[in-house]
Amino acid sequence: MGVARQFGAFPVRGIAAVVLALALSGCDGEAPPQGAGTGDPGKGRAVIASVGCGVCHEIPGVPGAAGIVAPSLEGFGGRSLIGGVHVNEPAILVSFVSDASRLNPGTGMPAMPITERQALDVAAYLYTLD
Amino acid sequence: MWRPISTRWTRPAPLAALALALSACEGPQSALSTGGPVAAAQAFLGHVMYAGAAAVLVLVMGLTAYAMLAPPGARAWLGRRQIIVWGGVTFPILTLSVLLVYGLWLTREAQWSEAGRIAPASASDGTLRIEVVGEQFWWRVRYLGEAGELVFETANEIRIPTGRPVALSLSSADVLHSFWVPSLGGKLDMIPGRITTLTFSADREGVYRGQCAEYCGAQHARMAFHTVAVAPERFSAWMAGQSSPAPEPRDAFLSRGLEVFLSSGCGTCHTIRGTAAAGTSGPDLTGLGGRTSLAAGTFPNNAGTIAGWIASSQHLKPGNLMPSFDALTGPDLRAVAAYLESLE
Repeated sequence: MGVARQFGAFPVRGIAAVVLALALSGCDGEAPPQGAGTGDPGKGRAVIASVGCGVCHEIPGVPGAAGIVAPSLEGFGGRSLIGGVHVNEPAILVSFVSDASRLNPGTGMPAMPITERQALDVAAYLYTLD
Repeated sequence: MWRPISTRWTRPAPLAALALALSACEGPQSALSTGGPVAAAQAFLGHVMYAGAAAVLVLVMGLTAYAMLAPPGARAWLGRRQIIVWGGVTFPILTLSVLLVYGLWLTREAQWSEAGRIAPASASDGTLRIEVVGEQFWWRVRYLGEAGELVFETANEIRIPTGRPVALSLSSADVLHSFWVPSLGGKLDMIPGRITTLTFSADREGVYRGQCAEYCGAQHARMAFHTVAVAPERFSAWMAGQSSPAPEPRDAFLSRGLEVFLSSGCGTCHTIRGTAAAGTSGPDLTGLGGRTSLAAGTFPNNAGTIAGWIASSQHLKPGNLMPSFDALTGPDLRAVAAYLESLE
């Protein structure tokens, strides 16, 4: 089941493009995201939105992502631990966002339907959250 | 003091507005991007009305400018009684009457003659019969056999074959809802205690989004669904798959998911055919993993969103009938979500 499965984003498609353009225009002068290899934060944010990470997590910059099941990811780039257990390193994060139970058997976070490439992008976006 | 506004700033604004307006013409939920004959006829009527209204607007604006700017001698004829009677009374009455008759003639196909033609307990003319019940805040979808018997039930997604008329019997379990798939035709109210019939068909494969179009309560805005039109062969295969019970869990983790599902009492409200879960107040979950969306068009559908929905349904969609099951352990929650996702 890929993230590209068709999901009803209709009412916001036009507006989203404008908002995205506005949002991106605010990126000028920001430091490039560190870590997570060659992941693309912009694509990562799109993956996060299409997979629905916001159902459980609050994620700054992702519309509607206000979940209460799991920790807020605000300030994730400066956090010491992933899942309260593992050192916050890019390689670990990439593995964690794909299938957290490999690293935390007690977690409630299911394996996510994303490719390795998408996991890199998601991690890159999370590291932009200061 | 009046100063001319720099065109450097005003020019992009109409362009942006135009871009926004045009972007609304495409996508899975647009009356202007049609997927079948009923919607196409309605879109044509819409275009006739837009063009006619634009022509009338231009005419009226032109006459207004003429009345204000032309020399008094040249514009005097505009004040004649005949002009006012013909332009102000006769023309609108004629135009609106013609539009009304034309509109009724067009929509008779969609709702009246087709619906009247279908015998209640038979579909011998090839029409597919589906019952859709609006509930706060989701859609119960029941596929009927040739004799009108229930074949299976699903939720929030209506799968139809292309090129075949579909007759939807619409009703409501609680309050007023309205069924609307703009790209295929509609809309039609779902009225408690009554059954209304809507007929349409899809010419091309696609996922067409639908939306409740009558305010029905706090979560009205999150009461959407998808109509998935597929080729007839794929539709037959899907019907056959859905008609059979859910498969046995194929590994220990999924078995644990089913156990947690049953021991947590989910089966009081939900049915999974082939298991002990036989509740009917909530959506049938037998084919949940194969659906386009979760929680009536609200979220993408995968193990992650299923888990989040189970644990915090009242946070995500406050006021819906499902309580948040927030007392499951992490692994139990993952197992239930994985099991439900595996049901296609």
